[in-house]
Amino acid sequence: MANPIKCSLCGKPATVHLTQIINNKVHKVDLCEECAQAKGVTDPSGFSLADLLIKGALNSETTSEGGAELVCPKCGFTQQDFKKVGRFGCPMCYEAFRPLLNPMLPSMHKGSIHTGKVPQRALDRRTIYDRLTKLEMELDIAIKSERYEDAARFRDEIRQIKQTPGA
Amino acid sequence: MKSARSNKPQGRSADTEARIAALLESGEGAGESILGSGPIVLMTRVRLARNLSRFPFTGWAKEAQRSDILAECIDAVRALPQMKKGTTFTMEELSDHEKQLLVERHLISRELSASKAGSGVVISRDCTCSIMVNEEDHLRMQVIKPGFQLKRVWKTMNTLDSALEEHLDYAFSPELGYLTACPTNLGTGLRASAMMHLPALVITGQMDKIVRAVNQLGLVVRGLHGEGTDASGSIFQISNQTTLGETEEAIIERLHSVLTTVFRQEMNAREKLLAAEPTKLFDKIGRAYGLLQNAYLLTSAEALNLLSLVRLGIDLGGFPEDRRVVINRLFILSQPAHIQHSAENEADPAQRDVLRASLLRPALADFPRPTFPPSAAPAAE
Repeated sequence: MANPIKCSLCGKPATVHLTQIINNKVHKVDLCEECAQAKGVTDPSGFSLADLLIKGALNSETTSEGGAELVCPKCGFTQQDFKKVGRFGCPMCYEAFRPLLNPMLPSMHKGSIHTGKVPQRALDRRTIYDRLTKLEMELDIAIKSERYEDAARFRDEIRQIKQTPGA
Repeated sequence: MKSARSNKPQGRSADTEARIAALLESGEGAGESILGSGPIVLMTRVRLARNLSRFPFTGWAKEAQRSDILAECIDAVRALPQMKKGTTFTMEELSDHEKQLLVERHLISRELSASKAGSGVVISRDCTCSIMVNEEDHLRMQVIKPGFQLKRVWKTMNTLDSALEEHLDYAFSPELGYLTACPTNLGTGLRASAMMHLPALVITGQMDKIVRAVNQLGLVVRGLHGEGTDASGSIFQISNQTTLGETEEAIIERLHSVLTTVFRQEMNAREKLLAAEPTKLFDKIGRAYGLLQNAYLLTSAEALNLLSLVRLGIDLGGFPEDRRVVINRLFILSQPAHIQHSAENEADPAQRDVLRASLLRPALADFPRPTFPPSAAPAAE
């Protein structure tokens, strides 16, 4: 072979060639023997081409861009970590790595916006929690700056929220 | 494979072995009802991936965090009415052999069985529901039912998820949906699948075509335990690949319509085979029957293939319908860890092949000889 196809992950000559069609788009991944073994292509209980596509996309991404590396402010997960394991560190990583994630989503999924189930009870709880935290802070400030009328109003509101079922 | 006897992990509670035994012996778990009573669709499964918002994902969490996640999730899961009288195992208390048994029963994943400290599973009493904690995601919940019951399985899963959400704060973004460790599960976190027995499509060489067509619809075809598409026993798993950008109902609906189409294709292929080459087909089934009754060495792949052919024989009316539960049970019991479980001592693969054959010979001994309906029988040649 004059110009052998290179492994999408390590650049060695590829011997395993995978094709999968997602959303009518053909996705190809070429792998060398070692990477194919390492990625479980031969024993793929959880093997998914999309998984490999993440890494393929990341490899070309980082070499072409070469910009500053992204890091999650919450858990310290780095772009390198993601490249290595193809998984994120914590829920907050989705914000931190958004520039990296956005171009990958169309090849991975049907769309890039969630249209399915919403954990309504949990979101309600969260909203109430956030509102309480904010009111308690405001109450604190009102007392410190001797705005007693405001403080009374905040206190009443806090009491009312705490009495609502589910709060 | 190490046996439970030689590999008892520390931190094992006194009744671990008894609870495993009870689980394996419970009729519901023994395969009679896990694999369907009709032809083609053996079982339907739906799983959801969920994570707690306050913690790093399992793979990045520190050991202390992993045990906090485990405690919080197990408490919430055990409080669900659906999981009352369920069984809880931590991975630390199980031997490699016991974990493998649970994998073969589809109650835990291979990934969970290989996980580090701080992982566990809660399995419902009837074994249709299992909730894994600290697999790739904090929660991997699955509902499995025999036969083709996709919509019902989703409904059960959805109810369970909503009940759990009352007690746990899931990581969720209005735009990206449920946040998962791997972006390939993002959005709904939903993977729905059916296990299908497609011998006629395999015999007539149409599986490649099916795999391609199914792929084009954004679905994936895998072998029984994920071994590529060269499925042993003509058993394939068809599931959705994408999880974001569609509602759960749309994903279920799409999979449902594809499964229905594949079901029809397999039925057509069977009819054509019966019309064109009945002798060839009956010969395969008869040989499988003969081998299972007489062989002294059987690998798990060969056993699976032969049992698959006998199951086809039942579908075609060559064996009495009431033998289906026997074959369904043998599908489960002839897997490696189950063979090991019935052995006195630790057995290597070659010894297991002997044990497997000696399990199958008597099980098939009182099976009546295959007799196919005269209408399907070939004309004298």
